[in-house]
Amino acid sequence: MFLTLITFLPLVGALIITLIPKEKILLIKQVALTTALIVFVLSIMMLFQFDTNQIGINNESTFQFVEHHKWIPVFNIEYFMGVDGLSFPMILLTTLISVIALIASWNIKKAHKGYFGLFLLLETGMIGSFCALDFFLFYVFWEVMLLPMYFLIGIWGGPRREYAAIKFFLYTLFGSVLMLLAMLALYFTNQPHTFNMLEMMANSGGYGRTFQLVVYVALFIGFAIKVPVFPFHTWLPDAHVEAPTAISVILAAVLLKFGTYGMLRINFPMLPYAANYYAYALAVLGLINIIYGAFTAMAQKDMKKLIAYSSISHMGYVLLGMAVFTEAGINGAVMQMFNHGTISAMLFIIAGVIYDRAHHREIEGFGGLAVQMPVYAGITSFAFFASLGLPGLAGFISEAMVFIGAFPVYKYITAFAVGGVIITAAYYLWTFQRMFLGKLNEKYTELPDINLREVISVTPLMILILFVGIYPMPVINLMKNSLNYLITVVHP
Amino acid sequence: MNMNIYQDIQYFYPELVLGITILVVIIADLVTSMDKKLINPFLSIIGLIVSIYFSVQLLDIPDRMIFGNMLIIDTFSIFFRIFFAFSTILIILISLPTFKKSGEYYALLLATTLGMSLMSASVHIAMIILALEIVGVGCYILAGYRKFELRSSEAALKYMLYGAVSTGVMLYGFSFLYGITNQTDLYAIGEALRSSNVDSFVLMISVLFILAGIGYKIAMVPFHFWCPDVYEGAPTPITTFFSVGPKVAGIALLARFIYAGLSSQIGLDAESWASLNQLDLPILLGVLSAITMTIGNFSALAQSNLKRMLAYSSIAHAGYILMGFAIFTSQGLTAILFYAIVYMFMNFGAFAVVDAIAHKIKSEELDDYRGIARRAPYLCFAMVVFLLSLTGLPPTAGFIGKIMIFASLINGKLYWLAVIGALNSVVSLYYYFRVAKAMYLKDSRSEESTPIQFSPVHVVVITLLLIPTIVFGIFWSPLVSVTSFGLNFVLPL
Repeated sequence: MFLTLITFLPLVGALIITLIPKEKILLIKQVALTTALIVFVLSIMMLFQFDTNQIGINNESTFQFVEHHKWIPVFNIEYFMGVDGLSFPMILLTTLISVIALIASWNIKKAHKGYFGLFLLLETGMIGSFCALDFFLFYVFWEVMLLPMYFLIGIWGGPRREYAAIKFFLYTLFGSVLMLLAMLALYFTNQPHTFNMLEMMANSGGYGRTFQLVVYVALFIGFAIKVPVFPFHTWLPDAHVEAPTAISVILAAVLLKFGTYGMLRINFPMLPYAANYYAYALAVLGLINIIYGAFTAMAQKDMKKLIAYSSISHMGYVLLGMAVFTEAGINGAVMQMFNHGTISAMLFIIAGVIYDRAHHREIEGFGGLAVQMPVYAGITSFAFFASLGLPGLAGFISEAMVFIGAFPVYKYITAFAVGGVIITAAYYLWTFQRMFLGKLNEKYTELPDINLREVISVTPLMILILFVGIYPMPVINLMKNSLNYLITVVHP
Repeated sequence: MNMNIYQDIQYFYPELVLGITILVVIIADLVTSMDKKLINPFLSIIGLIVSIYFSVQLLDIPDRMIFGNMLIIDTFSIFFRIFFAFSTILIILISLPTFKKSGEYYALLLATTLGMSLMSASVHIAMIILALEIVGVGCYILAGYRKFELRSSEAALKYMLYGAVSTGVMLYGFSFLYGITNQTDLYAIGEALRSSNVDSFVLMISVLFILAGIGYKIAMVPFHFWCPDVYEGAPTPITTFFSVGPKVAGIALLARFIYAGLSSQIGLDAESWASLNQLDLPILLGVLSAITMTIGNFSALAQSNLKRMLAYSSIAHAGYILMGFAIFTSQGLTAILFYAIVYMFMNFGAFAVVDAIAHKIKSEELDDYRGIARRAPYLCFAMVVFLLSLTGLPPTAGFIGKIMIFASLINGKLYWLAVIGALNSVVSLYYYFRVAKAMYLKDSRSEESTPIQFSPVHVVVITLLLIPTIVFGIFWSPLVSVTSFGLNFVLPL
């Protein structure tokens, strides 16, 4: 019952919020935060029961916390949930980030009822998508994420919020309808027809080669838009810049992960021939993301836009790690998904802190803030260093693993990708210098330092980043058996 | 044969009841005083319920032709009889706040419903034209119901001129069909076409002419030009009625015509039934559906009047439904019936919300709906659900409807059409969510911020439509059994 509980508790919380009179703002916030905390605690309880030796991937008996019921028997659609080493770290990330993002949304100014209700609805969609093992169920949860996101950006966002919200919606829907068609094609190719992902994987030997290549591309576009893979990335900077802080956090830390998660969960084990066929292309796309994202980030004047492009760059490492089918590569990739989740969440909270005080995010508009806001400067430098891959912090571990895994397979691509790390270091250090060092801008002599609530929202992330950076084995142990097995399925 | 006609009356009770109800309503309208006029809608609903009851009774009877091969009694026609009666009940409820006191309005609605019932059951050319005209005349008068309003009269005139021309063209097409087969009954025409070698050019011409007539009813491109003007001009409840009833009746007629008259074999045992060899009907219908939905969706993008936008949206939905015809499988037909039901709920819902709000703010322009969510939270929430459903996003019934159609296309290997259909739903998202954007994202123009008080009838009807729109999106097994039951429309000759 764990998975049903953590998936639908947020929905229950959202329904409770709709019943609260809209004047009781504090109560609404408390209900939302309590719900998210309960879900987080439940996911931690699952962690203690989680058996890392159970592989999952394509075998129902080794999935954990499985719930398998009939839903629509006529079409063989099932309520089928379960977790393994691939999805469980992502669920932990989701439940944690949801709590942190709720703390970061404490200073939302208008329509609280709607905001917190939609937020919890979004959490249901996210957790459900990670748990679902029935393709139809997965698709329903996947689409459930869209509507709350549209309103959360569109109502509580920045000046160009309407444009950003509909752009996000249209891009993602474009990807999902292709995914829908691919899903139906898979459904009818299986005999008997089924939406059960594991059966689709088991029958993968029967899919024709052309079929695999076409279906792979349809699914890939759906997922690539979420990642986002160049050239499907243009919605991301707009969405990030306009979204309120907490929604940027969710977007970067969790939603982007669905793209790569979907490829690993669906594309790879279901369409192994196509996965091998397109592996090189995937690595090249990863490289383009890394380099293009890094250079574009360097050119940004808006701090949030810079972080958005750095996300594109960092997701490139995930793609590269996935594309090589080595143990170090794929573990590094999923590790990078996790680490990018914690680090980018921290970065967006930091961007939100300065925006709340100065009401703009122009990097050039600051200077010498380190004197005025010493604690904030310290936390920012921590986040920047984590993101640029300083040894001892989480980002370094996963990027190093990706490079170690990728180098034997694609030497040149990896060599260029390593160059991305240097560009990343360059833009972060340059940004830090422009914002925090030098002469203090006269306008900002009154700026207060980061407050306690904001520190609380980043502290768990900092601990996690430091811990994983020094001792990554617990996280790797969580996922390695499943991922190593996944490689043998795709690339025997 | 004459003997049979008296016996056949027992199979005609559903229509007979409607006919009697029309007379009762007209008389009741004459004899009641102004403050007791609510009796009219009440009587109409009773009549419709009794008609549904008799339709359900007919289910136990084996399929048969009645009145000398004029009408047919099969589960397909019974499905639509119930569908039309049910949709008219909903329309009466939606109309209550607008047309409380006009008895003749309800009589006209019932007459049109009678015509639609006949359309779904006719197998004889003369009967088809007659049924079509009953529906047509009813609709013309309804469109011009507000006779002192310029737009309403214009709508009626336009509707009638287009209708007259297209029915004429259709009759002309039937005359060709009669010429080459010497038959007037659709099943006999089909038999003759299958057994003899007819000139495919003449056949194609006649089919195109007939498609023009049916295409006008369902607002298929290129016979859709009347649709936005009529929808915009007619009073909203009547537009709501037009957007589903007559359209679905056209769909039913098209299904019957293709199945009985133009298929290469008869009998639903076959998983798929190909069209006659002389015709490339699947491609023709596929292309027409692709054009219809694309033009409908792209024209809707630029609309600033909500009713006009929903008119174009209904053109697009006719296109989605037509996709189900392009593959000639029973699965495709199930999807069509399924979509028809779902479309009724979500489209009625969207129109009902527009009607309810337009009643209060006296405008159907999108700009006047800015920030209205703060003043009408429940109705705007319902509107978002209906819009989601029209776009085809889960967890709503519209999503399942789209899935059924796409599934039948992919199973029938008609991938190009599935892709066009899927991309069209992305386009439709843009204009549907312009409404959501105006309601929620924009700031209101006026200072007014007090909640709007809606008539309780509106709120109840919208809730009645909202529940199935959500429930059938999560649990739709019962709806599938209903539609696959409605599909058994094969008739032994």
